[in-house]
Amino acid sequence: MTERYPGYDVLAKRRTPSWNEQTRQVIDHRLAITREPRYLLPELFNILDAVCARIVPQPGDRPPVPLAALVDTKLYTNMQDGFRYAEMPEQGEAWRRGLAALDEAALAHYEKRFPQISGEQQDDILRRMERGELSGGALGDMPAQMFFAHRVLLDIVSAYYAHPTAWSEFGFGGPASPRGYVRMGLDRRDPWEAVEAKPGEEETARHENARVR
Amino acid sequence: MRVSADPLAAPRAIGGRAPDVFKPGGWVEMRSYAEDDVVDFVVIGTGAGGGPLIARLAEQGFSVIGFDAGPYFRPLEDFASDEAEQQKLYWLDQRIIDGGNPIRMGGKNSGKAVGGSTVHFAMVSLRFRPEWFKSRSALGYGADWPLDWREMWDYYTRAEKALSIAGPVNYPWGPKRPRYPYRPHELNGAAELLARGAEAMGYKWTATPLATVSAPHGNSPPCVYRGFCRFGCSTNAKQSQLVTFIPRAIAAGAEIRDLAMVGRVETGPDGRATGVHYHREGRWRFQKARNIVVAGYAIETPRLLLASANDRYPDGLANSSGLVGKNLMTQSNQAVWGVMDKEVRWNKGPPSLAITEHWNYDDRKNFQGGYCWMAQGPLPVEWATVVTGSRKLWGAPLREQMMQYNHQVGLKMVGEMLPSERNQVTLTDEVDQYGLRIPRITYSWSDNDKALIQHALGEMQTSLELVGATDIFRQEDDTNHLAGTARMGSDPRSSVVSADCRSWDIPNLWICDGSVFPTVGGVNPSLTITAIALRTADRIKALATRGEL
Ligand SMILES: Cc1cc2nc3c(=O)[nH]c(=O)nc-3n(C[C@H](O)[C@H](O)[C@H](O)COP(=O)(O)OP(=O)(O)OC[C@H]3O[C@@H](n4cnc5c(N)ncnc54)[C@H](O)[C@@H]3O)c2cc1C
Ligand code: SF4
Repeated sequence: MTERYPGYDVLAKRRTPSWNEQTRQVIDHRLAITREPRYLLPELFNILDAVCARIVPQPGDRPPVPLAALVDTKLYTNMQDGFRYAEMPEQGEAWRRGLAALDEAALAHYEKRFPQISGEQQDDILRRMERGELSGGALGDMPAQMFFAHRVLLDIVSAYYAHPTAWSEFGFGGPASPRGYVRMGLDRRDPWEAVEAKPGEEETARHENARVR
Repeated sequence: MRVSADPLAAPRAIGGRAPDVFKPGGWVEMRSYAEDDVVDFVVIGTGAGGGPLIARLAEQGFSVIGFDAGPYFRPLEDFASDEAEQQKLYWLDQRIIDGGNPIRMGGKNSGKAVGGSTVHFAMVSLRFRPEWFKSRSALGYGADWPLDWREMWDYYTRAEKALSIAGPVNYPWGPKRPRYPYRPHELNGAAELLARGAEAMGYKWTATPLATVSAPHGNSPPCVYRGFCRFGCSTNAKQSQLVTFIPRAIAAGAEIRDLAMVGRVETGPDGRATGVHYHREGRWRFQKARNIVVAGYAIETPRLLLASANDRYPDGLANSSGLVGKNLMTQSNQAVWGVMDKEVRWNKGPPSLAITEHWNYDDRKNFQGGYCWMAQGPLPVEWATVVTGSRKLWGAPLREQMMQYNHQVGLKMVGEMLPSERNQVTLTDEVDQYGLRIPRITYSWSDNDKALIQHALGEMQTSLELVGATDIFRQEDDTNHLAGTARMGSDPRSSVVSADCRSWDIPNLWICDGSVFPTVGGVNPSLTITAIALRTADRIKALATRGEL
């Protein structure tokens, strides 16, 4: 993927009037999250890690967003969604069963554990789950499709897009209090918003993004 | 700026003072009552219904305590500009959902805070179409309200004034209304595109009337267009209950109890309500009262009434009609999304700066009910869940779609769903952290609901096509606001409360929140909830004067 907002780093605004103290604390905390599993056993955590790499693949030229650790923290801190589908167990139990089911399916189809099969093979297993083709075994009575849609996608994708690294990537302004925004109309950019690189103008954009504060 | 201790850890409104929401670290004096003081009114819930009622009752000289299960936030200190952190505004306690079209709860529709859901609501402040108050007799569906729209028109005006609504000089639909107290907000790119699309279709549009000030008001500075409205306004521009009626209530002598979850309404030998059992600071307590108002919104209100069942009222309180928990309604909240060549940067400003109510007022359609649509500006996490949910994208295609964020545009409907007794709130046998039975929320769309949604999706898609959006897709499954479950009416056999929000069965038990709606209309509900609360306060005063309380 070519960079669309080259050189833009939402964290560079940390000390500007776009961030207040409570936001700084919250984001610092998120960036400092422990990488070790606290909720899932290491074996399941490794499977989760492999799943995260397929759901949100990350470029190799920057430190990855620690998605598995973020999901594990959601479970560890028992951060709830406010509802549960009647067919689904509570979130921790759902994740434990679902991850074990992916491992079982990998063994059944490829005779290896989920983290050991190739990326394409992992996608194949995940698609089977998405289509609801996995059942029984570790899943118990939990519908595979629902686990995929309402836990796998929801928890992993929400963790990624709540991270400043993701915001920088797609040019999101990020935190915006107390300063807010001024230029509201189409094709209007405040000086503290990311500059998008038009094709061939990546270097100009990179230069301007270095000054986005 | 100092950041205060965790508002969820211990009550803040206690010991004769409450937080001053306008001053970091500040306090205001607050009257406090003892538990065996028999207060005139206990109000359970401090949101769009409870907030104004508490304030107006106190201002009219009644002794009042407002209870809220949620914390007492200080917006200037507690609110981060962050979707994930601000989940703390929502009612995230466990609820079971089922039915043909289960309603996703949490941030979509329920707040848990002093100020209720208005702390995170999107501020869209609309009046009902007059005919909706008589939708059975005037339009042929749903149920008639026992209220007269002309009286409601006055209460809307008062609500708009109290909330300093910023809106257009002339509103394009419905009977004349006074001009809005504050000038309309400027349009952002997403709203401009709604306007262009509507004009291309020959429909009227307008700047949306919003409960965030466009010029300073009291201690509120004007909106700074930061766009995190749904995650709490750290500017205090938003006119939530937390910064409007609640401070008024305290100034007028009401007490607010935060982190105080009411688990049961008690009734005495004469069948009248005597007080409430509530959980605060680690234990169950009891507050005596002459009157009790339940204002916990369309899930918690019936949950509490059902959970308060006793020998005398085995089916729950106020439930001789059998309708407590029934006729739950949500609103269809489907959307159509696309990509523009231009940069839209839709996250700037309140999310719904422009609206068309065309299909609320045009009856040439082959389904019942109406809908409006508004411009949109979802923040990254919400947007990512839309993309994964509707397009089933993950892996590299998901990241590519997300790269379009600053070019995305969208229109989202608020549509009327029809009442049905099959859609309901019941109690499960599982219990929550307070030991209270968890609600089960059962919901299925009717054929009419589906027809309305399909009509709206087609119209919104046309609008986006006409402004040149590409890569258009539909979000087919979303719902938002809640209503019903304790409907008002003129007949005790087919309703739970009267026009005055007084329960038919227990004369000193009242319900004053979104649950009293017999139908939900095709606009966001909170201004109507607030207007009803203002009316209820006046009615209570009138009844008291006549000795009829
Ligand atoms: C994300 C979002 C955006 C919205 N946007 C808009 C909008 O733009 N325009 C609009 O008109 N509406 C909007 N709404 C809907 C609007 O906020 C609600 O319709 C309205 O606030 C409901 O008012 P209420 O008084 O019935 O309940 P609420 O405002 O939800 O208040 C109920 C309160 O009762 C408390 N409570 C419940 N049970 C108990 C108990 N047993 N003991 C103690 N306390 C209890 C809760 O903690 C809560 O604070 C939005 C809602 C959400 C979630
Ligand atoms: S856009 Fe306005 S109302 Fe919304 S959070 Fe910002 S200041 Fe508050």
